[in-house]
Amino acid sequence: MKTENKYNAIVIGSSSGGMDALRKILSVLPKSFELPILITQHVSPSSDNYITQYLNKLCKLEVKEADEKEKIQVGKVYFAPPNFHLLVEKDKTLSLSTDSRVNFARPSIDVMFETAAWAYGSSLIGIILTGANFDGSNGLKIIKDFGGLTIAQDPKTAHSPTMPEFAIAATKVDHILPINKIGEFLSEL
Amino acid sequence: MKNEKEIIDENIDIEIKLFLEAILLKYGYDFKNYSITHIKRRLLHRLRTENVNSISEMQYMALYDKNFFRLILADLSINVTEMFRDPLFYKAVREKVIPILKTYPYLKIWHAGCSTGEEVYSMAILLKEEGIYDKTQIYATDFNQLVLKKASDGIFSIDRIKEYTINYQKSGGKDSFSDYYTAKYNSVIFDKSLKENIVFADHNLVSDSSFAEVNLIICRNVLIYFDRVLQNKVINLFEESLITGGFLGLGTKEEIRFSKNFENFSTFDASQKIFRKITV
Ligand SMILES: C[S@@+](CC[C@H](N)C(=O)[O-])C[C@H]1O[C@@H](n2cnc3c(N)ncnc32)[C@H](O)[C@@H]1O
Repeated sequence: MKTENKYNAIVIGSSSGGMDALRKILSVLPKSFELPILITQHVSPSSDNYITQYLNKLCKLEVKEADEKEKIQVGKVYFAPPNFHLLVEKDKTLSLSTDSRVNFARPSIDVMFETAAWAYGSSLIGIILTGANFDGSNGLKIIKDFGGLTIAQDPKTAHSPTMPEFAIAATKVDHILPINKIGEFLSEL
Repeated sequence: MKNEKEIIDENIDIEIKLFLEAILLKYGYDFKNYSITHIKRRLLHRLRTENVNSISEMQYMALYDKNFFRLILADLSINVTEMFRDPLFYKAVREKVIPILKTYPYLKIWHAGCSTGEEVYSMAILLKEEGIYDKTQIYATDFNQLVLKKASDGIFSIDRIKEYTINYQKSGGKDSFSDYYTAKYNSVIFDKSLKENIVFADHNLVSDSSFAEVNLIICRNVLIYFDRVLQNKVINLFEESLITGGFLGLGTKEEIRFSKNFENFSTFDASQKIFRKITV
């Protein structure tokens, strides 16, 4: 039993190549994993719930699309629905918004990261994975400013290195990890 | 122990509460039951664009400068919309709801939170194609007068027409979409006949009451910005405003399952979020 885990939640942002990267991380996490995980993966506005269904089959944790006003629970992985931003409320419930795109994206990683930092402060872990744009680097910086733990996927191991590169340039991230090590790292926290 | 950033953030939250109280006292708009995070994002965005130092300073500006308040109101009312948004919703309305509506001698439809009107013109086109426009009265309401003005003008940017045409076709559109508008410079103007039976009106879902008994209410992507308390209140207002057997169409991510009025509705189309008021 880990009695003094200082973290309460994990947020992950990913874009092109994200499906594969997320699978590598989520599939190694045990059913007893103690932190809820929120994910914004860039997808086209009209995509269906294929990703969540696929990952749910593969993982021991429950993987689902976020519902509005849903209470965040341990043991679950929540995805931002296509065409909606995912926001975290201070009371640890989820909100959705059709607000304008941010960094050309809806859902946007920055939106989720910033609002999660407001809700969780220093007890948040933020992770930037593969992607061909710069969404999330501002949000990761905010997480760091709030005293949270920041991680970027090692760009050398990324399908598209731009997103982690931008994140690393914008923030002195705490860890740069190859994709195969991130799941393991989280399990050992 | 809270760190410095967390303490500042705590103070921002307090300032926002006071700001909303000031807006309510001064202008009568009540945002206290909106998603706080959503409000916070919008206010901080305004803070950065105006180069103001604090929410408290913005509160002063909003109290003394009505135009600045209008800007805030526009910020807080997300107006993002499109024609035939979620085409499958309109397809369900066309194929499943309209056949039932056709059996009434006349009809009333209420679009609550209609924003700049794209949704309303979509409905008008659908009703024309189904041959029941002439016996229908449409109420299109929003609490933001700026967007209502745009809605009643019926002029939209040409950039999005391609996307709307695709949506129209996916929604089961029967004619040629371009028959409904005239292109001029960078805009398209929708046919005047589409708005003959539409009344555009200022109505605040938080504070105004029911004004008609209608056969169909469309309120999409509005409730997601409200907390559960306010959602309940508004669903109650909708129930009051529907005839027995009337329909309520919500956004793809909205639900009434949690409302205390849920037992007075049956689920008509679960995936398109269409509900029906039942006899009690
Ligand atoms: C995201 S838009 C949705 C537009 C359209 N229904 C759609 O789904 O495309 C939300 C609209 O709700 C309006 N709104 C927000 N709060 C409201 C209130 N209390 N009363 C009336 N309208 C409101 C906003 O002004 C905005 O135009």
